[in-house]
Amino acid sequence: MQKNIICVACPMGCAVTVEIAENGDILSVTGNTCKRGDAYARAECTNPVRSLATTVKVNGGIHNVVPCKSAGSLPKDKIMECMKIINAAQAEAPVSLGDVLVSNILDTGVDIVATNHCPAK
Amino acid sequence: MLNYDIVVIGGGPAGMAAALKAKECGVDSILILERAETLGGILEQCIHTGFGLHYFGEELSGPEYADRFIQLVDEQKIEYKTDTMALEITENNIVYAINKTDGLLEIQAKAIILAMGCRERPRGALNIAGSRASGVMSAGTAQKYVNIDGYMPGKKVVILGSGDIGLIMARRMTLEGAQVKCVCELMPYSSGLTRNIVQCLDDFNIPLHLSCTVVNIHGKERVEGVTIAKVDENRRPIPGTEEYIECDTLLLSVGLIPENELTRAVGINLDPVTSGAVVDEYRETSHKGVFACGNVLHVHDLVDYVTLESQTAGEGAARYVLGKTEAAEYITTKGVNGVRYIVPQKVNIRNSGDVKLYFRVGQVYKNAKTVVKYNGEEIISKKRPRLAPGEMENVIIKNDMLKNFAEGGVIEISVEV
Repeated sequence: MQKNIICVACPMGCAVTVEIAENGDILSVTGNTCKRGDAYARAECTNPVRSLATTVKVNGGIHNVVPCKSAGSLPKDKIMECMKIINAAQAEAPVSLGDVLVSNILDTGVDIVATNHCPAK
Repeated sequence: MLNYDIVVIGGGPAGMAAALKAKECGVDSILILERAETLGGILEQCIHTGFGLHYFGEELSGPEYADRFIQLVDEQKIEYKTDTMALEITENNIVYAINKTDGLLEIQAKAIILAMGCRERPRGALNIAGSRASGVMSAGTAQKYVNIDGYMPGKKVVILGSGDIGLIMARRMTLEGAQVKCVCELMPYSSGLTRNIVQCLDDFNIPLHLSCTVVNIHGKERVEGVTIAKVDENRRPIPGTEEYIECDTLLLSVGLIPENELTRAVGINLDPVTSGAVVDEYRETSHKGVFACGNVLHVHDLVDYVTLESQTAGEGAARYVLGKTEAAEYITTKGVNGVRYIVPQKVNIRNSGDVKLYFRVGQVYKNAKTVVKYNGEEIISKKRPRLAPGEMENVIIKNDMLKNFAEGGVIEISVEV
């Protein structure tokens, strides 16, 4: 199988082609112009991860929501599932920057933490 | 009348960095005026990560980046007034501002730092046909609804413009359950960062239509759909390529304009390309003692560069207040051959340090060279594997080079392929 990836390791945006065997082994990486591109493309084909930034509902705060992010990277294919959990969560004001709003989301070992303060109303 | 050494207009990343640097340089009497309820500026609603990679060496969200400076402003006991709107600056550096507690404020400043940021280009600037149905808004407005107010402004979305805010909002709306039908871009390339195209569009299979625009907005009370069409090389819609797309929301991410009403009213010279003030290497405008930095001076792609530029302006304002400025002998800078603009537009050759020139190209180049010439003679040449309008470039003019220049000289930067 062939997978085409645009490398985002730097602003060059190389079009990288990865040849993947049926058992998932990576046969070749071509089109990249540096080592970082090779590493990025391999990671994208084996275990793509993303950081997630969204909001959590706040009760009694100056705003209805407080922004949050995943403290580490999450598997790309679990992002939408994480969103469901985060959107079901609620926090009570006051919220401080760094507060854990959802711990160990989907057993990934990653916490969802507040990225701003939300004082009580 | 109040008296301050430096009045900073705008408490976003630019204003805060400028104020902090001025304080560090020995000016104690500083006041920041901020229109919103809190310091932080537009970063407060930019909840995605990617800020601070250059300046802090880590990936922060907008509010986190802002918070680091808000903490410092508090620690340094720099005075600020929020919910305060600056109305006018005068010839004699008096600032008029207004808020609910103080009423009308009249503030005499020795120096003023303009850090008002920029605004999004509105629908009215585009001349799109159609009714005034609700559901048409700028991407930044939608961003505020979703990220600050916790309110989703639509379910089926078309985005016009592939600038970074448009791309970020495509992902944000998708994460919150909306269906983003497509992003249309008038130009044959996106002005957004590659990373954003990959992680905001490709990750969610959102199509990006290049050389494409919205030609009609349908619906009476609420947007019901838009007609998109391909455009030719003159950016005119090609008849016969129209396509109807059902949607209830159209987000516009079609450019940012520095918010220079105060600047213009006091008669400060503006650069027609940047829509910001013409400045020297300390970001001093044509009006003595008035400095400008951040997005009000020219639109930046990274806040990290806003911080650096604003520190330069803060230092400049402090030097002015403390009477440390050198006599001025200026050379001018000029972008030619693919370089749209350079900031600063003029440089004092009596300056005792190196000078960094920031510039932006007009189109995408691969394997090109940026060439700096002084009075027609090449002085610096840099190989660049990739140049893009969305990514600001810079070049440093060393002080020993500057010393050899003569008043009235011209520095030109160009792209050679």
